[in-house]
Amino acid sequence: MSNRGHTLELRSSPHIASGASVDVIMRNVVWALLPVAAYAIYAFGLAAAMTLLVAVISCVATEHLLCRLATTPSTVRDWSVTITGLLYGLTLPPALPLWMVACGGIMGVSMAKFLFGGLGYNAFNPALVGRAILQAAFPAAMTSWTPAFGVDRFSQVPGSTFTVPFAAPVYDGTTGATPLSLFKFDGQLTGTGDLLLGLTSGSAGETCALLILAGGIYLAVRKMLNWRIPAAILVTVAGLSWALHQLAPADYPPVGFMLFSGGLMLGAVFMATDMVASPITHAGCVAYGVLIGLLVTVIRLWGGMPEGVMYAILIANAASPHIDGLIQPRVFGTGRG
Amino acid sequence: MFSVLRQHRSFAHGIHPPQAKDDTRGLAVRQFPFAPVMIVPLAQHIGKPALPVVREGQEVERGQLIAEPDGFVSVAMHAPASGVVQRIALAPAITGRMSPAIYIKPFPGSSQEVSDGVPCDLATASVDDILLAIQRAGIVGLGGAAFPTHVKLKVPADKTIDTLVINGVECEPYLTTDHRVMLEQQADIFTGIRYLLKVTGTARAIIGVEANKLDVVDALRAALPADLPATVEVVAVKYPQGAEKMLLRALLGREVPSGGLPSDVGVVSVNVATAAEIGRLLPHGRGIQERVITIGGPAISKKGNYRIPIGTPLRFALDYAGLADNASRVFLGGPMMGQALPSLDIPITKGTSGFIAFTDKQTAAAMEYPCIHCAYCVDACPLFLNPSQLGLLARAGEVERMADEYHLLDCFECGSCSYVCPAHIPLVQRFRAAKGLLRKRRANP
Repeated sequence: MSNRGHTLELRSSPHIASGASVDVIMRNVVWALLPVAAYAIYAFGLAAAMTLLVAVISCVATEHLLCRLATTPSTVRDWSVTITGLLYGLTLPPALPLWMVACGGIMGVSMAKFLFGGLGYNAFNPALVGRAILQAAFPAAMTSWTPAFGVDRFSQVPGSTFTVPFAAPVYDGTTGATPLSLFKFDGQLTGTGDLLLGLTSGSAGETCALLILAGGIYLAVRKMLNWRIPAAILVTVAGLSWALHQLAPADYPPVGFMLFSGGLMLGAVFMATDMVASPITHAGCVAYGVLIGLLVTVIRLWGGMPEGVMYAILIANAASPHIDGLIQPRVFGTGRG
Repeated sequence: MFSVLRQHRSFAHGIHPPQAKDDTRGLAVRQFPFAPVMIVPLAQHIGKPALPVVREGQEVERGQLIAEPDGFVSVAMHAPASGVVQRIALAPAITGRMSPAIYIKPFPGSSQEVSDGVPCDLATASVDDILLAIQRAGIVGLGGAAFPTHVKLKVPADKTIDTLVINGVECEPYLTTDHRVMLEQQADIFTGIRYLLKVTGTARAIIGVEANKLDVVDALRAALPADLPATVEVVAVKYPQGAEKMLLRALLGREVPSGGLPSDVGVVSVNVATAAEIGRLLPHGRGIQERVITIGGPAISKKGNYRIPIGTPLRFALDYAGLADNASRVFLGGPMMGQALPSLDIPITKGTSGFIAFTDKQTAAAMEYPCIHCAYCVDACPLFLNPSQLGLLARAGEVERMADEYHLLDCFECGSCSYVCPAHIPLVQRFRAAKGLLRKRRANP
């Protein structure tokens, strides 16, 4: 009351809020990724630790500096760029030269996120764009894999890690091959058990399917991830590869191998579910997931590359606004359909 | 035996805000004292303002007719207290504008007996007699909409009504007025239902109550007269179930068409407090001169449910109920849809279901982020709109596209989208502004 000195705000309703917040969601995604990152370091040692560290630092620093340059408040506190950095690092070969890691992080965040307008406006997953740029620029380094559980992984850093910028990285002769390239180029199958537990070589964070799934389930239960996207992707890949394996068991790998090898699990659970670059309706998310599953299967089985998750998700990111244009919720009271 | 496992019925989507009803749900309705001056606005309802039938200086009795309806979509006003008409002049209204009102100064020593009018006898009255009696009693939707009840009850000739729904949901947090009315005025409610069944030509009534008021359900079921074709049905606790469209979907599985009315699906629905007032007033020919409200919220010391005279100035009511020094926001109605106040000099009107006061603890502003397409709003919107997209269009000022492609005009502003938004985007607030802009543009193209 005026005579008692109350100052009352005049605000339009609602006057209460759920307390949900973007930074809380983003932080939880980081928590869900930490076990995956920890396992990457456990399996690939110092090389993976350094790769992840440089990936996160390059991404966070890029966003912070660009915000400074643009004289806008720094947005690193919303934690989204930390996710980008972690995810990006987890998709890289563990012994990738660190200067390349930094290049990809800088390019991914600046080109795929900042130029589009920052969080909420990025059409593509910035982590995958960073990786795609590296894949195009350094195809050899991006397909040089370190075997998991090397005996000296905690005492020695692979020579390639500290390659001088623009010099050709030297590998120590202990490079491994991923299960997908073994299958594609040598016709060799890896067992599902090894894939689930992450005993194979591959990108730093893609190898342990179980930990990735656990993180996904945590986020889905907290409603910070739409489970329909990974479900649609995995069901599509499983359905297609099951049918093909039935037709020609000699030419096409079994379902378990398709599901748990390569970047499919990491991509389906953590990359494709980037809220900004995926459709907004549940039906749209299913369509988007089916599209990714389809593209992954086609690229893996008939394409020139052993793995296609990254391109499948980027293509589906591009399709996402169009899916939203086609699939809108059925408004209450406008008939079924 | 499976009833234990069965979930209560509801509509799809919606939200679960904290109920915050425990402070007042158990408190019986108490009479609120008379203010030194009452301000009775002539426009307390949707429609044309009433026409005064008293003059300045005239003495009036409590319950006496002081303003007549002006046309069909208008209702009467009655004196909230025995006293003298001080003046007829402009008074601040909730809209922020000034609006004509009758100022009444109650006699301090009066016994405040309520004067009776011409009773409306249920057995002999025709449909039109009852409609007229409801209009003359000044009855409007007491849930907050304040739409004249007799207009709502006038069933179009080409429509048949098979079900009367009595809305006892009260889904807004903090509010417990309907809860108390259902516990304390059961006879009035049942009498009101008899009038309503007759006037709509309906064979059955359903009283819909949310599962957070099971005491009400038991009490109503126990008291239900054997000859009254009514049932009490429980719906799950969910906001905004008190919205007509949501309640009909929950109780009957019927969807009111976009832009349509409940009569399009054979239903008339009436708020339970409105039904109780019909049952309380019509047999005596009286008019609404008071209503039950909840006064609550962390910044109120004497929280409770009160029968308060219409026209009580809010400043007086807040003084009586005790507004804490650190109060930072006061609004009429519940926290989801309640209107913030432009002034403390406005009076309590027929549409006021309560007022709530918050301290700065409840009203801290959160930082706004860009929309991250999390789809929380899409999953919350009870009408299956796309608030995310509407919000982007609102920011771009594309109000025509909002209306033409994304059904802006279906939005009834329940606020669920703003409530859930983790980016703290004022979605429904922008939709309100967009509707205003659209109305202006369409009025002067």
